[in-house]
Amino acid sequence: MAVTGILLVLFLVAHMLGNLKIFTGETAFDHYAHWLRDIGTPLLPSTWFLWIQRTVLLAAVLGHIGAATLLALRARAARPVRYAHRKKVNGSYAARTMRWGGVIILLFVIYHILDLTTGHLNPQGDPGNPYGNVVADFAPARWYVTLFYTLAIVALGLHLRHGAFSALRSLGQQTPAGERRARAAALVFAIVLCAGYLVVPFAVLTGLVA
Amino acid sequence: MNLTLRIWRQSGPEDKGRMVTYQVDGVSPDMSFLEMLDVLNERLILAGEEPVAFDHDCREGICGMCGLMINGDAHGPQRGTTACQLHMRQFSDGDTIDIEPWRARAFPVIKDLVVDRTAFDKIIAAGGYITAPTGSAPEAHSVPVAKADADAAFSSAACIGCGACVAACPNGSGMLFTAAKITQLSLLPQGQPERYTRVIGMVDAHDEAGFGGCTNAGECTAVCPKGIPLNTIGRLNRDYLRATAKRGGTPGS
Repeated sequence: MAVTGILLVLFLVAHMLGNLKIFTGETAFDHYAHWLRDIGTPLLPSTWFLWIQRTVLLAAVLGHIGAATLLALRARAARPVRYAHRKKVNGSYAARTMRWGGVIILLFVIYHILDLTTGHLNPQGDPGNPYGNVVADFAPARWYVTLFYTLAIVALGLHLRHGAFSALRSLGQQTPAGERRARAAALVFAIVLCAGYLVVPFAVLTGLVA
Repeated sequence: MNLTLRIWRQSGPEDKGRMVTYQVDGVSPDMSFLEMLDVLNERLILAGEEPVAFDHDCREGICGMCGLMINGDAHGPQRGTTACQLHMRQFSDGDTIDIEPWRARAFPVIKDLVVDRTAFDKIIAAGGYITAPTGSAPEAHSVPVAKADADAAFSSAACIGCGACVAACPNGSGMLFTAAKITQLSLLPQGQPERYTRVIGMVDAHDEAGFGGCTNAGECTAVCPKGIPLNTIGRLNRDYLRATAKRGGTPGS
């Protein structure tokens, strides 16, 4: 869980930084988007790096889901008779919602790829004009897209709040002071990432990016 | 105090079991939770009914025998307290209290509220020992131990093996118990020779017993009557990672 999760988190950081280039204007954003296809050239043929990255990410996603499924199945098998009276758990809301939160994030990622990568669900869907696709996607008339996007990002933030701490713990974080630092760092990281992702659709919604 | 109890009754391992409601009157707030159950049992015996079976021994919070899920809380609502040390003043007159056994595949119910915790013994047997000769107590100064390590080892050694961590864990994992038993030895010089074979053996025994996997949810440490900290599991994880990385170099493997 920890290793595949960290790979996905690294991608999330890079993806967020790329998204924020939308504030540098249409030309710069489109140039960035096209550059993604040329990373590694001339060493690698065009788009090869992108496909290598996609393969690694797909493996990480499958590994992450596989490990989570294994844990969930073990948890189910470990308690065949349920409690009649089960108190709400003491741990955080984030820790409690990891599994269903993960499912929401997966559904969103599928929609997101069909929307802004392949363009099938995008109102414009022009592979040559990613800036226009984003602006068309989050247009005020399509508020429900922004709503779904926001819900998915909040789910992601909760997932990261517990996940980032949990990954450090799984990799051997072992002191009480370090635990406080790791929990604080996970919270700050989750908030920063949420803000970084949400600022784009809301900039389009409010007309800051048009 | 007059209370309504809903207690899990199960005549044996094969019985399906059910919640049965009892009324208990005249409970003193100064009684312990187990004394309150004694009052109920005396009444049941006088009425010719089968008394409620529950585990208990020292009744002073150090043996680890008692263990009840009280209103969905392992060992009841008071933190850092075993069920035998829980007083009825924690409840109010007229309360309805649900009492269930620990629920885990690795802890099958023997009768009513009594579960079989042999799985914990198997984990201990898989590595909870040292090979150094332990006769009479050695001279304390002959093997120096850093104070911080001694304190951390001692706080792990406070584990009484009651099983509340498993009962409270959303995954039914016994990792806090296993981690406490591993780190109390791995932090001390006497525990070093078996440090890495111990962690692998005990985690394997934990998994084989049918406990779930740890997801760092933190329920265990909240209900632990001895307050074993969650970072103990981090120590186990670190030892486990090191052990799997250097397994080839471990003597005897």
